Amino acid sequence: MSSALPWFILLLPFLAAVLIVLLTKSYRGLSSFISVAAVLGSFACSCLVFTTENIRSIELTWIDLRPVLYVPLGFVLDDLSKTMLVLVTGIGALIHIYSLGYMKDDAGKSRYFASLSFFMFSMLGIVLSNNFVMMFIFWELVGVSSYLLIGHWFEREAAAEAAKKAFLTNRLGDFGFMLGILMAWTATGSVVFQDMAAELGRITSYPEYLTVAALLIFCGAVGKSAQFPLHVWLPDAMEGPTPISALIHAATMVAAGVYMLVRVGFLIQASATALSVIAWIGTVTAVMAALIATQQNDIKRILAYSTLSQLGYMVMAVGLASGEAAMFHLFTHAFFKALLFLGAGSIIVMLHHEQNIWKMGGLAGRLGITFLTFMVGTLALIGFPPFSGFFSKDLILALAYEKNPAIFWLALFTAFLTAFYMVRLIVVVFFGKPRSDHARAGREAPWVMIVPLMILAIPAFASGFGFVAKLFLRLPGQDEHGWLVPGLALAATLAGITLAVLLYRRRESDPIDFALVRERFYFDEIYGFLINATQGVLARLSAFLDRWILDLGLIRGASGATWGFGSLLRLLQVGNLQAYSFLFGLGIVGLIYFTLFR
Amino acid sequence: MITLGHYLIVSGLLFTIGFAGVLLRRNIIIIFMSLELMLNAANLSLVAFSRFRVDSAGMPDYNGQVFVFFIITVAAAEVAVGLAIIVALYRARQTTHVEDVSTLKF
Repeated sequence: MSSALPWFILLLPFLAAVLIVLLTKSYRGLSSFISVAAVLGSFACSCLVFTTENIRSIELTWIDLRPVLYVPLGFVLDDLSKTMLVLVTGIGALIHIYSLGYMKDDAGKSRYFASLSFFMFSMLGIVLSNNFVMMFIFWELVGVSSYLLIGHWFEREAAAEAAKKAFLTNRLGDFGFMLGILMAWTATGSVVFQDMAAELGRITSYPEYLTVAALLIFCGAVGKSAQFPLHVWLPDAMEGPTPISALIHAATMVAAGVYMLVRVGFLIQASATALSVIAWIGTVTAVMAALIATQQNDIKRILAYSTLSQLGYMVMAVGLASGEAAMFHLFTHAFFKALLFLGAGSIIVMLHHEQNIWKMGGLAGRLGITFLTFMVGTLALIGFPPFSGFFSKDLILALAYEKNPAIFWLALFTAFLTAFYMVRLIVVVFFGKPRSDHARAGREAPWVMIVPLMILAIPAFASGFGFVAKLFLRLPGQDEHGWLVPGLALAATLAGITLAVLLYRRRESDPIDFALVRERFYFDEIYGFLINATQGVLARLSAFLDRWILDLGLIRGASGATWGFGSLLRLLQVGNLQAYSFLFGLGIVGLIYFTLFR
Repeated sequence: MITLGHYLIVSGLLFTIGFAGVLLRRNIIIIFMSLELMLNAANLSLVAFSRFRVDSAGMPDYNGQVFVFFIITVAAAEVAVGLAIIVALYRARQTTHVEDVSTLKF
């Protein structure tokens, strides 16, 4: 059955964005309601699509240059994309509603909601695309809308810089992604995922080519999912409004990289080298980000690094050739991380935009519901049974235990660190004595912000149970490892909790001071130096070329030569009639001489 | 016996006199007359060529003479235009001397 329903899902947010920008920009209240209505409509359509078996979408032809290139405007509607649709529109809807409260008095509210709707459109485009060309376009659009949203408060220099950094870092990865797409297209002769999978046999005989193509495509995911070494943009992206951090930089956009890897899993799994590179990059990211998170003082940055670390887990799972495990963790993570960010958002807003955890403290009593939901999110994140994160993380750990022990121990260490930094956050923010006036005066957020928290707390708790997750995902067959892996994971988590509670109970400032970690392994400084050393030198060189060779040599040279010849020739133009006739006569004599006597 | 050479020498002298007049005289009207002299030098040589190029029946080649008629016609038209320009110039500048007219625009 062909249906136009998926088109509604995709185009409703787009229409909202267009409507807001063109018509209702000056009516801030109306704009926000248009945007919320669009995402709710999208969510309703997604649910309909999700519950319909064997649904097929209307497909249009965009570029038809067969047999060289055929690009349809078509949607893929399998279990994977249906789950992502519900996830993205569902969490998106909650965050739209939450934003009504968070952005209530913001002067740029219309612009904010227009960008948010535009983001929903681009993200849904990535989820629905059935070919690489469409996906790449939406991929870039997601980058653009992320740029707009991070830079929402562009009058703050840090936000403007962060937006630029996010966009450029993403572009770096996207360049590799584009090359990878071109390589895969050259080899298989198609950009449609289904046909590529069918034609894959053509390139399996060239394993090196396949490895390079897979790794280049992975580059795109490295940029968008903020994996090492392109992870530097995500923590800075926290300069944007907090709902944005929840939606884009925790639940959906950064998951796009993992989703894409799972979508083209057939290509990546054909190359063992690519798989192991991917697994190790995921592992490095997970451990590194968790280490950094233990020494950060900004509540959103801690959450940002924990996002990095969890994305590392997902990429690790992709690298261990289990897209299902990656998607399971993506699914649970989207709920509990969105919950954590929204919780952090309501703390921040109630404390008048104070983000330093050492200026908080003792909030458990006054921000009761926020505290409870935040606890649910935390327990899910650190993988405490029976919260959702336990199941999905356990699946990845079991996978690693089976395939690569080194990765398993590092992943276990990350689980320990995760528990440590999250409990540190909880202890410092919610317990002890308030350490600032704002913290003493903090009160619960308005209901539009609290209700999404309560709704999100439910899946954050329950989405890990097998019977719930099976509704949405195909779970891999559980290999029985007995209680070894979950037992070790639980032990690591408990160790982390105990250590954090012992270290941070009743502290006024951080007892540990580890500069290397606190300064995020100096990545920003190293990149800054590298960029100065390479791009700075190149810029100076090209400035020199432009100024002295092009400008002086070619442009001024050409005009100067013309001018010089002109003034030379001007000497002949005396204006005297008889001088002209004399020269004319001389010319004739010369002509006759040359024609007759030479 | 007067040969073609004699005619051409006379024609060349006429042309040289005309050209020298164009180069050396200052008065535009005299220059104009010298120009006519040069045209007539050409006419003379054309007629001479016509007279000395005889076909088998003893008839001269009339092409040269037809040319001369054309030149006389064109010269008459040119004189009309040229004199009109000179009159206009005199009205504007009160001069017929070439040194006084050395700019394109005034």
